[in-house]
Amino acid sequence: MAELEESPAAQLLKADVKVVNVGLEGFVKDLEDCGIGVVHLDWVPPAGGDPEMAALLAKLGV
Amino acid sequence: MKLIEDANKEALKRILEAEPKLLDVIPAREAIKGLKERMILHSGPPITWDRMCGPMRGAVAGAIVFEGWAPDLASAEKLAADGGIKFHPNHHFDAVGPMTGMTTVSMPVFVVENARFGNRAYCAINEGLGKVMRFGGNDETVLARLRWLRDVFGPEMSKTLRLLGSVELKSIVARGLSMGDELHQRNVACSSVFLREVAPALARVSTDKEVLAECLGFIAKNDQFFLNIAMAMAKTMTDPAKGIRGSTVVTAMCRNGTEFGVRVSGTGDRWFTAPVEMPEGLYFPGYSEKDANPDMGDSAIVETVGLGGFAMAASPAVAGFVGAGSPSSAANFTKAMGEITVSQNSEWTIAAMDFAGVPTGIDVRLVVETGLQPTINTGIAHREPGVGQVGAGVVKAPMGCFTQAVRAIAKDLGVS
Repeated sequence: MAELEESPAAQLLKADVKVVNVGLEGFVKDLEDCGIGVVHLDWVPPAGGDPEMAALLAKLGV
Repeated sequence: MKLIEDANKEALKRILEAEPKLLDVIPAREAIKGLKERMILHSGPPITWDRMCGPMRGAVAGAIVFEGWAPDLASAEKLAADGGIKFHPNHHFDAVGPMTGMTTVSMPVFVVENARFGNRAYCAINEGLGKVMRFGGNDETVLARLRWLRDVFGPEMSKTLRLLGSVELKSIVARGLSMGDELHQRNVACSSVFLREVAPALARVSTDKEVLAECLGFIAKNDQFFLNIAMAMAKTMTDPAKGIRGSTVVTAMCRNGTEFGVRVSGTGDRWFTAPVEMPEGLYFPGYSEKDANPDMGDSAIVETVGLGGFAMAASPAVAGFVGAGSPSSAANFTKAMGEITVSQNSEWTIAAMDFAGVPTGIDVRLVVETGLQPTINTGIAHREPGVGQVGAGVVKAPMGCFTQAVRAIAKDLGVS
């Protein structure tokens, strides 16, 4: 327990929390409603998450 | 992949080097090689009568009566259903048409030539707003206007343009962008600039004051007059970029109210199609999304050269008109389209974006990679034949067209 309290993650939560939200925008409002500073990064997986298409695009130079 | 990058550079070079000029207005039968009696050119990729949407059928029936191939709308529909009319896409005949895109032999068409490459493209004259054939209208008021365009306005414009020699179009577009047009759902600035350029010559060739006043008034009252000229211009710009092996740059996007079609440079004249999507937008009083037809028209050729939804930042007023959000959010659309294009057009700049050029050269690879579908500003037609326009909005090009294109290019290059 003592080790957990000393961990960087635990230290982080003792200070003001600031969040970068990646992907699903729905989390942004929940965090804002809790008074937490949040920056949203509009991101989706490459090729809509289709690994075969993503691999093909990589070969085509994207 | 170097072959693709080099091919795309060449495609962009050809698009950006275009020198489109408006030369004339002449009957389609004189302008369009291969266009014959009982043949109708329509918007979008190929489609048969049985799969056409309501407004397309309404426009077809009206066009048949207009040409005198049937005495009334009911007989016209029967003629079409019985196979008495040959249907072909405008794009197969160097032409384009907004919404239903009807082009038949006696309709006057704008003749635009790309002086850099010598190719031409054609588009019928914009009829104005309200009940019009491009939105599926087909009653006597619609046909009477088409007869006036054929018998009066077309010949007057032909004499005017022949006196002028030609009208250079890129500079009009550049000025329009700086005056709040995006060239798809807002053309009021370009239409006004065009009127200023042709009015003196129109006055000189006209022998009848009333006819002159009617012609001037027709252009002046139609904020979308320039759209059809811009469409023919855009087609002359992209056609020289067709057929460059390995190029992933889009050369045409269009819709027939049932399917969306995309052409890509590296695959030439092949269509990649997918079911067309419904526009999201605002409706005129008394109408709602329940009345709306799925998206249609060849007008997405303007987005293909970086205008329309791609140039939304130039036209904050349009963002509100098409229900795309606040005027201050207009730039977001242009920035997003910058993610899926390979370059900008330095001749067409947007003041509100520190004079950045409009995003140009849609790369099918980037569309699929990012998931950002091309944004198209569009009018919305009523789903029933004969009603006309009921609103305006924004529609996305279906992702299926672009994934098919990526696979086709990969196959052609032996990549798997």
